[in-house]
Amino acid sequence: MASSSTSKYNSNSLENSSSKQASNLKDGTNWEQNEEIPRLPGETRVTDKDVIYMCPFNGPVKGRVYITNYRLYLRSVENDPVVILNVPLGVISRIEKMGGASSRGENSYGLDITCKDMRNLRFALKQEGHSRRDIFEVLTKYAFPQSHSLPFFAFVNEEKFPENGWMVYNPMSEYRRQGLPNERWRVTFINEHYGLCDTYPSLLVVPYNATDDDLKKVAAFRSRNRIPVLSWIHPETQAVIMRCSQPLVGMSGKRNKDDERYLDIIREANGQISKLTIYDARPNVNAVANKATGGGYEGEDAYPNAELSFLDIHNIHVMRESLKKLKDIVYPNVEESHWLSSLESTHWLEHIKLVLTGAIQVADKVSSGRSSVLVHCSDGWDRTAQLTSLAMLMLDSYYRTIEGFEVLVQKEWLSFGHKFASRIGHGDKNHADTDRSPIFLQFIDCVWQMSKQFPTAFEFNEQFLITILDHLYSCRFGTFLYNSEFLREKEKVADRTLSLWSLINSDKSKYTNAFYSKELNRALYPVASMRHLELWVNYYIRWNPRIRQQQPNPVEQRYLELLALRDDYIRRLEELQITNNSKISNSSASSTSPSQMVSQVQTHF
Amino acid sequence: EIHIKEPIEKEVNPHLLPGELLLCEASTVYKYVQEDGSNRGTYGKLVCTNFKISFLDDDSASDDNEPQFKNKIVGENDITLQCVDQIYGVYDEKKKLLTGQLRKYPEKLIIYCKDLRVFNFCLRYTKEEEVKRIVSGIVHHSQTPKLLKRLFLFSYASAAPNNTDGRNQTVMFETLEDWRDELERTKGNVKYKAVTTNEGYRVSEKLPLYFVVPICISEESILKYEGRGIPIWCWSCHNGAALLKMSTFPKEQDDSTSQMQKAFLDGIYKTISKPPYELLKMDDLSSSLPSLQDIQTAYTRFKQLFLIDNSTDFWATDVKWFSLLESTNWLEIIRRVLKKAMEVAECLEIQHTNVLLIEESATDLCCVISSLVQVMMDSYSRTKSGFQSLIQKEWVIGGHSFLDRCNHLHKSEKEEAPVFLLLLNCVWQLVQQYPPAFEFTETYLTVLSDSLYVPIFSTFFFNSQHQRDTNKSGESLKTQSGPFRFLTVWDWSVQFEPKALAFLNNPLYAEKPKPDRSQRKTARFKHQRQLSLPLTQAKPSTKRGFFREETDHLIKNILGKRIGKFINSSDEPPNSLREFYDSWHSKPVDYHGLLLPRIDGPEIKVWAQRYLRWIPEAQLHGGGTIATAAKILDLMEEVQSLQVKMDEEHSQSVSGDAHSVPMLRNSARLSSLFPFALLQRQSVKPALPTSTWKDLEDEDDLVKRDDEFVDLSGDML
Repeated sequence: MASSSTSKYNSNSLENSSSKQASNLKDGTNWEQNEEIPRLPGETRVTDKDVIYMCPFNGPVKGRVYITNYRLYLRSVENDPVVILNVPLGVISRIEKMGGASSRGENSYGLDITCKDMRNLRFALKQEGHSRRDIFEVLTKYAFPQSHSLPFFAFVNEEKFPENGWMVYNPMSEYRRQGLPNERWRVTFINEHYGLCDTYPSLLVVPYNATDDDLKKVAAFRSRNRIPVLSWIHPETQAVIMRCSQPLVGMSGKRNKDDERYLDIIREANGQISKLTIYDARPNVNAVANKATGGGYEGEDAYPNAELSFLDIHNIHVMRESLKKLKDIVYPNVEESHWLSSLESTHWLEHIKLVLTGAIQVADKVSSGRSSVLVHCSDGWDRTAQLTSLAMLMLDSYYRTIEGFEVLVQKEWLSFGHKFASRIGHGDKNHADTDRSPIFLQFIDCVWQMSKQFPTAFEFNEQFLITILDHLYSCRFGTFLYNSEFLREKEKVADRTLSLWSLINSDKSKYTNAFYSKELNRALYPVASMRHLELWVNYYIRWNPRIRQQQPNPVEQRYLELLALRDDYIRRLEELQITNNSKISNSSASSTSPSQMVSQVQTHF
Repeated sequence: EIHIKEPIEKEVNPHLLPGELLLCEASTVYKYVQEDGSNRGTYGKLVCTNFKISFLDDDSASDDNEPQFKNKIVGENDITLQCVDQIYGVYDEKKKLLTGQLRKYPEKLIIYCKDLRVFNFCLRYTKEEEVKRIVSGIVHHSQTPKLLKRLFLFSYASAAPNNTDGRNQTVMFETLEDWRDELERTKGNVKYKAVTTNEGYRVSEKLPLYFVVPICISEESILKYEGRGIPIWCWSCHNGAALLKMSTFPKEQDDSTSQMQKAFLDGIYKTISKPPYELLKMDDLSSSLPSLQDIQTAYTRFKQLFLIDNSTDFWATDVKWFSLLESTNWLEIIRRVLKKAMEVAECLEIQHTNVLLIEESATDLCCVISSLVQVMMDSYSRTKSGFQSLIQKEWVIGGHSFLDRCNHLHKSEKEEAPVFLLLLNCVWQLVQQYPPAFEFTETYLTVLSDSLYVPIFSTFFFNSQHQRDTNKSGESLKTQSGPFRFLTVWDWSVQFEPKALAFLNNPLYAEKPKPDRSQRKTARFKHQRQLSLPLTQAKPSTKRGFFREETDHLIKNILGKRIGKFINSSDEPPNSLREFYDSWHSKPVDYHGLLLPRIDGPEIKVWAQRYLRWIPEAQLHGGGTIATAAKILDLMEEVQSLQVKMDEEHSQSVSGDAHSVPMLRNSARLSSLFPFALLQRQSVKPALPTSTWKDLEDEDDLVKRDDEFVDLSGDML
């Protein structure tokens, strides 16, 4: 029944590299069945069982499922070619029992697994002797280690990589790259022990003219003490992108002189006299509603030198529901009859459009408006992170390189306390937790949209983005664990786990976009129009064998062939020149460098 | 307030083609730059000739940067009369459609073009008589019925020396030899023959002079009903199965006539269902595909989405873009047509049956389906000359009524339907899904679609070969001697310089390795292996066919098993098609083999280049597919120059100087609208939506919530 494509699309997904590594490791403790079952160093087998995998595309598949402390691995027993499922337990969001001991009907008794990466898995088991109890318990235990006082797999992972991803981001050198500190901006260690704000990084950049004492006073007026600090400075205009949380205005419309003065110092710091632009990422009504719980926004009276606009981006709950609707129309089957209106009704791309539009406004203001910008939402760790990081991606070509993008994620997302643990629910069994939301996924989607619109502007390729998303859930690396830098430090994540960037940077060519042209200092504005926004099929619909991009991309392949051909010519040409030059001792003007050789166009058409 | 350099009045004269006559003109016309909502623009002269409407910029002298891609016949500010779609006049801010006689003259003129350009002309500063003359002139010449002989085609042909010998590789299918060669190429000559029965058009004026029928069909039967009811050969598949088409009889009131016709049909079916002919499947396209009316309605709605007046308009329609797109039904029609073509391909390839396409005239949807099937199954049709020959065979000589379908003469809107555009849109889907499989680019398809409205080529300006032949003689124009020599659109050098022609060729295309005769067999074998599938899939379909019930019944009774099958109506996916589709897609693509389109919702896309090319808001500065295409072109040039260098080194002729320059430099700076719109947008201001959606009624409670509910008021102090 299962078509030949099954094994291919499954191997097309997560963990391409893991099988390679596992095969290097044939020690005596390997599984009896065969050596092809991938295993990471530190991965241990827990159980295995005969099951029927209810493949939504090809019907029931008889197989054996192996469960380790890291993954669920299924290998079919009758199909040719073999059907393989290779699922890190970290992607599991929910495990349910389906059917009871008395249920009738074929394959009606088993387990239903909901995943965080846009798919569901269903296994049917034999009804006799509560056969599923054991596997259910094992899966629950290892998929949700946090709920069972077990460590994340990242802490037992013993992989080795030539590159150390933890070295990628050093806040000091990143700020130095931006030309900071300078005479207007200083680095402060006020948060060194996370005393000022436990969700902020230890190192902050603030206006030179604001003292640490000022900062403490400002912190009292900002939600969770998340004071305005610098994210990025424009090398030419000196305008900056600042980020923070909402001011604690409340119902009574409280004011805080220190906060007001602090914002004025920020405004003045770029040497311009224009107003400070404040972008509140929320819809206006939500910002108003926040006053009821003590929050709010910068009113005109209190901040006469600021210009406030709302960017109308919705909250984490709306985004979660939107993704849920998207899953409904693409998994397992793609909505057939009214695809476009179904897609529209999920609002997913509409949200993407709003986030991109907001980021374009921020970037445009900083680069051409010559005014500094302050971005916040409620707490400043979801929408704010999306906006600042996307604006920085538009303005600074460094962030469009592989390493630069890693730095961007480390800086704007991880160090500034995007609550990855809560938003993803790493190792947590509470699948209905309302703290969960695909905010980071949405950001990566925005990046993908940009890379789609500007196919030569990014050093990294689609595989890079998909790999990041895969390991956002997998818990194989420490990178995305915990909610803040403070907690990661407390857990000694950098010492005890591996960084995702180690995996990526050790095999960079796999994640490199062949068409990349390095361009410095060029603002890149995507068009946030539905005419250009597309559903990211290769991510959201990748489990469906019917909808699959040709891998590898034929255009890219042809390009690589040409590159190889060029390099070959250059090499042979050099050899020829050497021999020719040695023959003709009185050398001539033939010391042509490869770049000069770009000449002699012959119309080949 | 008119700040133009009044007295200079330097004579800007329109560039006229041979045979082109200036009909009327108006000066001090202000043309808005579409680029932004501001009223920026330029003054100039608006003229109307017997060929085009043209705007002549007063300061056109500043032509320092010649565009890389320029049409020699139709310039940036030229609109051929046939390219005009609709003309609106603006009266006190209100838009009114202008068609015939005008009582009042508008202050602004908006011209919507069939190639989707939009021109805005302000006439407020123009003298009143000139306004009258130019507006009524433009409306009259572009919107009112016209005689065929008044088409510019004839003036041009009589005035222009046609010294192109038309010796390109396109097979024109005007001679018996062309058909015989095609039969031989496809190995169809065993069972099919080219006939001369229609010489002098004695069979029918709708049919081409020469065509191909099964060998067993007699001349007598061809003549009997003017070729109706006769299976006409389109193409033969490598396994011998053939694609045929047939025009049906008009609905007869008279019972005995229809009885006779039925008997005739049954006789025909019987003859061609016997061995050596394969099993026959029939498909009545008029019932299994949308009607021409549906297609016309869908396209009319669809194109409207791209004829954008201003920025506000663009962003207002952006909010509900996907549902607007869906409501036009255009993409769905493309999907259905592609699916139908796959069904036919499956019958030919897997089931080894002949497929007979049936349509009233067999010159509309038959052309679309048979062309698509050939593009999918015959890699020759994916080369430039192969595709052009295909268009000649199925459409131009095949008798598609271009004149009526494009409504070039404004005779009847009822006949208008963008059937040929539908084909190009479907082919584009394949081109973008399988870039290395085609010798031509999407730009080629775009300029081909534009050429539909350029009346200097005869290709798209006749309803049939007969019509062209009878109008070629030039008798009615006494002043002219001898027959007209029309140009064919396939001579692309008429429209483009070699530099621009480069954009029509796909740098990714890898030519099919040409096997010599001895190797051909193995090549064929490989080809088959790529395609072959378990034969069990040829299950007889139990579904009812498309024929009127009684005919169906009758045929079954008479012919028994051999002709009992019909291609399913497209409502439910036939299983065999699904298997065919899945199985093909699970294998690596052979770009020179069978090619099947992906037709799931997300895979059918809008042909962005054609439809978005003039819209500044949609411009990606430095982005779009052109960014990668330009890189590939640059690299290819580099490789070629290295090759030359190598040869030189080998011959030891040391040449140090490098003279020529890569064609596309600084490719990252090209706009996605390249090579079409040439918007000189200096400031790289991002386009920002002016209206966004905020409406989420159904999730009201969620919307109002905060991200995480924490009472911050308690935190204070």
